[in-house]
Amino acid sequence: MKHLLSASDLDLEATLEILNLSLEMQNVNSRDVKKLPALNGRTVANLFFEDSTRTRFSFEIAAKRLSADVVNFTAKGSSVSKGESLKDTVLTLEAMGIEALIVRHHHSGAANTIASASWSNAVVINAGDGTHQHPTQALTDALTIRQHLKGAQDLGDLRGVRVLIVGDILHSRVARSNIDLLRTLGAYVALAGPATLLPQSSDTLVDSVHHNLDEALALGFDVVMMLRMQMERMNSVFVPNANEYSALWGLSSQRFESLKGKTLVMHPGPMNRGLEISSEAADSKQSVIVDQVRNGVAVRMAVLFKLLAQESSAK
Amino acid sequence: MNARTVLDAQDIERAIVRISHEIVESNQGINNLLILGIPTRGVFLANRIAHSISKNYPEFELENSLGKLDVTMFRDDLSSRPSKQVTATTIPTASLENKTVVLVDDVLFSGRTVRAALDALVSHGRPKAVRLAVLVDRGHRELPIRADFVGKNLPTSFSERIFVKLTESDDEQSVVIVQ
Repeated sequence: MKHLLSASDLDLEATLEILNLSLEMQNVNSRDVKKLPALNGRTVANLFFEDSTRTRFSFEIAAKRLSADVVNFTAKGSSVSKGESLKDTVLTLEAMGIEALIVRHHHSGAANTIASASWSNAVVINAGDGTHQHPTQALTDALTIRQHLKGAQDLGDLRGVRVLIVGDILHSRVARSNIDLLRTLGAYVALAGPATLLPQSSDTLVDSVHHNLDEALALGFDVVMMLRMQMERMNSVFVPNANEYSALWGLSSQRFESLKGKTLVMHPGPMNRGLEISSEAADSKQSVIVDQVRNGVAVRMAVLFKLLAQESSAK
Repeated sequence: MNARTVLDAQDIERAIVRISHEIVESNQGINNLLILGIPTRGVFLANRIAHSISKNYPEFELENSLGKLDVTMFRDDLSSRPSKQVTATTIPTASLENKTVVLVDDVLFSGRTVRAALDALVSHGRPKAVRLAVLVDRGHRELPIRADFVGKNLPTSFSERIFVKLTESDDEQSVVIVQ
């Protein structure tokens, strides 16, 4: 495996390997000296054509903790605003000796384009492409679920865990990656959302699909994963208005109280508080949203280490 | 292929018992002793050395004195060849301060694994002293590193290969030179 483009690239063995390596990276992150020399002398670029806080910073911190040199590219303030293409941008960065590209792009398939192109030799890590995939987020979520439900040092899969993903599935690369990865790990995955925001193939993607959130929650899930309403990707009217969406599909304080005590509340961020999730749910003890961010650094260290030190060597 | 057994199962057992005595002797007792094995077979050897010490010194607490140190991420050849699987590092004590750490590995060859282990150890703290115990020292050092406790010195040619087999991981127990 040279690149990480999609959660579906990872079979069970590879998934567990990354999750278990992440535990070692977590140990490093809890030491006084949070640094490993593993990628000393290697250069990676954060190639971000779309805004990001969590993903970009966690990749940057992850690369720095492994002693790699990191350069940050954001489309705003670069020659992209002068009309430079993706290809020329990549060629430019590779000419400067960059070995790995962490790519966030608003077009689905952008990372695959670079990875399969004859003009690029870089290791490509997909950090979110359009409405397609965001594999490191799914790894982060899987690690968070496993640590909370199975124990901090558990090394196994997620068989027997029931996960409900709620909201705007159609536009969510996080949902797509999570569906792939959680099912690889043996979890039961269900979707709930308005019909307009569910992919047409939903029935074949997951174990069950629900069109009423209260009925779905009544079935009992170990994890409820709320998704962000992706206003920026909505090019037509998918829901009548935000208030109605919130009333029908938001994790309101009433709905949150109806959950059984152990149910984990997750959200990939950034949250629209009051829209898809209430502050009461987001700030509760059952919420592991901050852990999702914390684990992101360890998981991304594991991915960088696996791809740059284990799978491909410099020369 | 010409294979020659240089240590059999009992030779290995005796070497481990002797090394465990030497460790206690040089440390003038068992106080502040921490035995850390380097994966894979160093962990098994460290385990046996620690058990051998505790047989003679029941007050030697294994749970506070035995651990393992994975060095994969500290190797200097990561960029030139694919690395092994990373395994868990377990250091049983909160601090390395005042500890005499004995690193344990199966074969001492170039010395690069030990160098990586020293770096890995430093990222956990500052031990009082670090010693090295190996089952086999085969020479051909590429770094100024030597072992304090050696099971067997084996002069080898560079092209020969050494195979250490232990019951924990293999179906027999021996040290074999293959030409």
